[in-house]
Amino acid sequence: MSVAEQSIAGAEARGHGFLASSVGRKVVMAATGVVLFGFVTVHMLGNLTSYMGAEAMNHYAEFLHTMVHGMGIWVFRAVLLTAAGLHIWAAVTLTLDNMAARPTGYRAQQNVASTWSSRTMRWSGFILAAFIVYHLLHLTTGTVHPNFNHANPYANFVNGFKVPAAAGFYIVAQLCLGLHMWHGVWSCTQSLGLAHPRYDSLRRTFATGLTVLVVGVNISYPIAVLTGFIH
Amino acid sequence: MSKDLNLTLHVWRQKNAKCDGKFVEYPAKNISPDMSFLEMLDIVNEDLIRKGEEPITFDHDCREGICGTCSMVINGRPHGPRERTTTCQLHMRSFKDGDSVTIEPWRAEAFPVIKDLMVDRGAFDRIIAAGGFISVPTGSPQDANALPIPKESADLSMDAAACIGCGACVAACPNASAMLFVSAKINHLGHLPQGQPERYLRVRDMIAQMDAEEFGTCTNHGECEAACPKGIKMENIARMNRDFIKASLTYRPATTGGGGAG
Ligand code: HEM
Ligand code: SF4
Ligand code: FES
Repeated sequence: MSVAEQSIAGAEARGHGFLASSVGRKVVMAATGVVLFGFVTVHMLGNLTSYMGAEAMNHYAEFLHTMVHGMGIWVFRAVLLTAAGLHIWAAVTLTLDNMAARPTGYRAQQNVASTWSSRTMRWSGFILAAFIVYHLLHLTTGTVHPNFNHANPYANFVNGFKVPAAAGFYIVAQLCLGLHMWHGVWSCTQSLGLAHPRYDSLRRTFATGLTVLVVGVNISYPIAVLTGFIH
Repeated sequence: MSKDLNLTLHVWRQKNAKCDGKFVEYPAKNISPDMSFLEMLDIVNEDLIRKGEEPITFDHDCREGICGTCSMVINGRPHGPRERTTTCQLHMRSFKDGDSVTIEPWRAEAFPVIKDLMVDRGAFDRIIAAGGFISVPTGSPQDANALPIPKESADLSMDAAACIGCGACVAACPNASAMLFVSAKINHLGHLPQGQPERYLRVRDMIAQMDAEEFGTCTNHGECEAACPKGIKMENIARMNRDFIKASLTYRPATTGGGGAG
């Protein structure tokens, strides 16, 4: 029997701490999710420089690498890596707990309130993780890039997306990002305790708006390259 | 008078927590649309008893929608197809002649099946025992108006107190999470002045017990709110999380001995 030997856990369990508790890990997932969504939004905005041509984008890239005497980018990288690590840790442990909480399923469960986006969080998240690794090897280190040039990020970006398979995977990953964001942006407000009837409908509107904006602009990049609009 | 119904039931039969269960098909004949779902099962059971078979075990008590005992998942929805309606208040007019109806118990690791459709919801009682109480001075009662309570707080508390502890939220949640129930109990007390002394201890204790019982965690699907026969809102979960964050940030380990006047 699962039920804690039929006893009241009380004080000892209380001592098991924030990170061991389910709600604590939800808060970690939500807080790191906010950091990651903040990053994707800024990243999307920064890449708009590609529409302004090679000079603008390379200049922007140089700024990222030289800000705060070259330290800035490492601070960003450290924060993102920590956030991603904690997020995945919370997601994996909570998902395992949730699967264990319902060992026998229903013959005919009818979902009435959940969405496709909410039910696929673990899959969209998994594809995103794979994409992030690929994306770093593609446009940051150049390991899987056909003709990478450290001095010319703009050329790497254009030549990278000229490969249809690379552009295709990028677009699929963006659609997963959309699925993950649409539920995630709403969900993290709940997990962080932000709910009030006056603002509740705004949470959904905000999630939809941000998702459409980030995913829409991000998908426009490979399309602009493939159609020759950016060259 | 509308016409009687003939239905085919697919009912989960399970001898006890240790045995495997299976679905068994039963006909439900000449069912009046005015019967409740439980009365329909009574008729089926009378038939089974007459034939010398084991009747279907299901939980029920008040049959008026207030005790929360009647627990079954009907065609994939806890308490059946009608919103804000417990199984005992569900009438057979919600079904059509010839329908086939699948009836299953609440399914959660924390709610082991006792028999057939009856599950052990003792986990809920232990969560309450872990912190769902207030300390009151005994002695003669205070005047009812001695303690001012804002109308809004009283209303929100009453809304949360409407929870009948049926467990439909757990049954409906894809993660078998009990957070709607736990948050209802926490906020029912947390909105009132009487609930303040234990407020931040309560939220940690009840969540610790919820975890120890191996319920899942809320991923904000919203199925609980849709299934709840008493209209408990997910806003309660957010408020519980808020209290939990504050409680975790400001928690002081218990000190021994009380300073005070020695
Ligand atoms: C760009 C990367 C990512 C961002 C921006 C992001 C963001 C978020 C946010 C904000 C939430 C909601 C948190 C909450 O409700 O408490 C969330 C939930 C979740 N994320 Fe991510 N995430 C990312 C990557 C991942 C990865 C790589 C995984 C998987 C390994 C993952 C798996 C999950 C899961 C399982 C949930 C919980 C689902 C739910 O609450 O319904 N995420 N994510
Ligand atoms: S919150 Fe609603 S569904 Fe859950 S136990 Fe209480 S009354 Fe039942
Ligand atoms: S039997 Fe009491 S609520 Fe249904």
